Amino acid sequence: MLRFFLRRFAVAVAVALTVLTLAFLLTRVSGDLAISIAGPNATAEDVESIRQAYGLNRPVWVQYFDWLGRAVQGDFGESYFFRDRVANLIAARMPVTITLGLVGLAVALVVSLPLGILAAVREGSWVDRAVGLVAMIGQAMPSFWLGLVLMIVFGLQLAWLPISGVDTWDGYILPGIVLAFSAIPSLTRLTRSGMIEALSSDYIRTARAKGLTRLSILVKHGFRNAAIPVVSIAAVQLGFMLGGSVVIETVFALHGVGFLAWESISKNDFPVVQAVVLVLAIIYIGLTLLADLLNALLDPRLRTA
Amino acid sequence: MTALLEVRDLRVTIGSTAAVRGASITVNKGETHCLVGESGCGKSISALSVMGLLPRGSKRETTALRFAGEEIGTYGEKQMERLRGDRMAMIFQEPMTSLNPAYTVGSQMTEVLRRHRGTPRAQAVDRAAELLALVGITAPGLRLGQFPHQLSGGLRQRVMIAMALMCDPELLIADEPTTALDVTVQAQILRLLATLQKDLGLGILLITHDLGVVARIADRVSVMYAGEVVESAPTAALFADPEHPYTRGLLTCVPVPGKVKRGEPLGSIPGVVPRVTPGFTGCGFRDRCSQAHAACAGTIPRQAVADGHELLCTLSPGWGRQAAA
Amino acid sequence: MPAGRGAKLLRNPGFVIGALIVGLATVIAVIAPWIVPYDPFAIDLQRRLVPPSFMEGGSSLNFLGTDQLGRDYFSRLIYGTRISMVIGVLTVITSGIIGITMGVLGGFYGGKIDDFVVFCITTRLSIPAVLVALAVAALRGSSFMLVVLVLGFLLWDRFAVVARSTTMQIRNLDYVSAAWCAGASQWWVLTREVLPNIATHLAVVATLEMALAILLEAALSFLGLGVPPPLPSWGLMISEAKEYMFFEPWVIMIPGAALFVLVLGVNFLGDALRDMMGTDLSR
Repeated sequence: MLRFFLRRFAVAVAVALTVLTLAFLLTRVSGDLAISIAGPNATAEDVESIRQAYGLNRPVWVQYFDWLGRAVQGDFGESYFFRDRVANLIAARMPVTITLGLVGLAVALVVSLPLGILAAVREGSWVDRAVGLVAMIGQAMPSFWLGLVLMIVFGLQLAWLPISGVDTWDGYILPGIVLAFSAIPSLTRLTRSGMIEALSSDYIRTARAKGLTRLSILVKHGFRNAAIPVVSIAAVQLGFMLGGSVVIETVFALHGVGFLAWESISKNDFPVVQAVVLVLAIIYIGLTLLADLLNALLDPRLRTA
Repeated sequence: MTALLEVRDLRVTIGSTAAVRGASITVNKGETHCLVGESGCGKSISALSVMGLLPRGSKRETTALRFAGEEIGTYGEKQMERLRGDRMAMIFQEPMTSLNPAYTVGSQMTEVLRRHRGTPRAQAVDRAAELLALVGITAPGLRLGQFPHQLSGGLRQRVMIAMALMCDPELLIADEPTTALDVTVQAQILRLLATLQKDLGLGILLITHDLGVVARIADRVSVMYAGEVVESAPTAALFADPEHPYTRGLLTCVPVPGKVKRGEPLGSIPGVVPRVTPGFTGCGFRDRCSQAHAACAGTIPRQAVADGHELLCTLSPGWGRQAAA
Repeated sequence: MPAGRGAKLLRNPGFVIGALIVGLATVIAVIAPWIVPYDPFAIDLQRRLVPPSFMEGGSSLNFLGTDQLGRDYFSRLIYGTRISMVIGVLTVITSGIIGITMGVLGGFYGGKIDDFVVFCITTRLSIPAVLVALAVAALRGSSFMLVVLVLGFLLWDRFAVVARSTTMQIRNLDYVSAAWCAGASQWWVLTREVLPNIATHLAVVATLEMALAILLEAALSFLGLGVPPPLPSWGLMISEAKEYMFFEPWVIMIPGAALFVLVLGVNFLGDALRDMMGTDLSR
């Protein structure tokens, strides 16, 4: 058990280092950074001075190890545009993104778990097919478009919720719903298949033979076992959601790290972009580790092995 | 004395299969009634329909389904829930998978008592420990905190039995409880059931295809074939005077010391149990029966061979002896 | 594909709907230049934001109205089908080549090679795809081919996962071992025994990746870093119409609905194939 986790942790560190390298390469192989930073109207002297100022005239590998050494200490350099430490910028924006991700995950779970359970209990019926259709529709929904449509309906026509920003808590509702759409299909399907497997098992028959109530059979005995993979996939989905937050934060003008990345991209502020890619990747890696850990905690067969 | 369980003319159809076709079974208080027959003859389905645990899509009909004198055939799901696990309990063939892997033995045992009696947790735990000891598990305190995957198959089946006894049921239905276990463990579990039956005055409906088991612990035997009880008798009578050709066939398949001579081949019944569709008439065994004749396709008479010995066959009781004489 | 399966597919309503939508989109994409009523790039500043003909204030000249520059919405929508379909197909080809190669090699050879493949998949999954695509597009300047390449290099993971697991299953089957023992070359076993047997599973992945590629292209174009204007990508149409959406909601409803229906159609196809194949896509 401990060995398994040490191994998993070592792989996670290796993946993180690879992503670190890729994030560095991303800005170096895609063109001359100095020209990108200087902008279209810059003269050759401007470009040269930028090259000097940011150390871009050093050999690539020197730049790489310099950057890597700082990055592992949490120092991502300074933003060209915001004139602030990149780490400060990200720290200031992170709460919005995390809140959005958690709201999205909560909405996704609140929708998927009952739908999945319902579909499993009524397997093969029209209810099951309807739930399958809902999952399909969720999967086909362009999130940015859904965001705009919800803004028109709930923000403008019904005027129930704010159209953009998170000055008040209800600003998270619409973007949270949109974000949830990306996780609902897979979570619903997973809940359904897990429940079908659990409900057809012998221990459910035992639970019925013990005279337990229907609710206790479904939730305590059925869902408890179906939930094990769902919980770990939910953690992974949260990682995907945070990674995809750039689109939704832009649509709803939420000032989280996704929006920060988008601003920085349009301002050619690459240290920030690099750092956001890195931070989101590392959060994802951490969440997959957490998923494995939760899996082991929830499954006695793994926990006591 | 009223019977503990009285099933009259049970019919179960699952989809397009007539799984049980007019079976009648009676279990008296403190009696072990064995239901024997090959796989697929409707034994398990009969047991499940008594418990109200039939799979979805199956239909049950009876003229009477009485438990301790009360008609339960008309009970709704809520009423059956209250009965199951409390006054009638059931254990299954697959001890490896019949316990929930996510909960400890103790949690799964105590939940029965908490559900039916509202017993506080501490008392329920005491009761569970007491029963684990009763079914011969050493260190019950330790076992209560363990998960099913930490126990062997034999231990799990003992846990299942202890769990079934939590509420002091009057009837225990055991569906091939020893089939999946090692031979030595099988013997232990059977001895345990026999002891419990004597000590607690349980009525047991034991399903098995093993005639050795029947000979050892049954008071009464019903032989099932293709959804019908073809012969039912007290154990001694059945072994001494098997009347139905199928019963005879089954008995020749079992080596009995002293009866089967060395070098003489054991019997076997050619063919397999047919899948019977609703609307089938006549004897289900006629295609495999050496005694079959035209009348076997008609209505089969139910005949009394002796007191408590019933036969469902066109042959007259005693045909075997006459043929031999 | 055996005839029995084909007949079964035709009775699956999801497959029929999906095939109709995707088939129609393909036909439209191919014959777009011949069916558009107007030049999709022709600007007419006199006739801007004319509502569709079936709405109040609509004109019979423009079936789906005109955009903020007076370009015919219907013609742009039709050309947009072309962009979505071509991006979808090219991305699937690119990502398919990368992912299938990696997955098959990992699943077939196992050991160190497989460890490396799994490591690449794990790394890929941890990279936020949309963000990286945006960054690359910003650095290199967005173009049609760049979108295809970036998406192709980011969406190969599921191909690799499925190709790897199915190859492993095939590899351990007796008849493959038999071919192996009979002295067949690795190349022969890979191309004659492995690939044909995993092809149907990969077809399921292809449909799902195509749907994803179409959605991502639209999202990138919506954020202004996908297909460059004035190309009528549906995502770009929504982006350009966004300013007017509170007054004229139809300007975003039309391209959005088109996008949704096409992606839904592709997903229906994939789902029907998956039901038939029993492909496990959970990861």
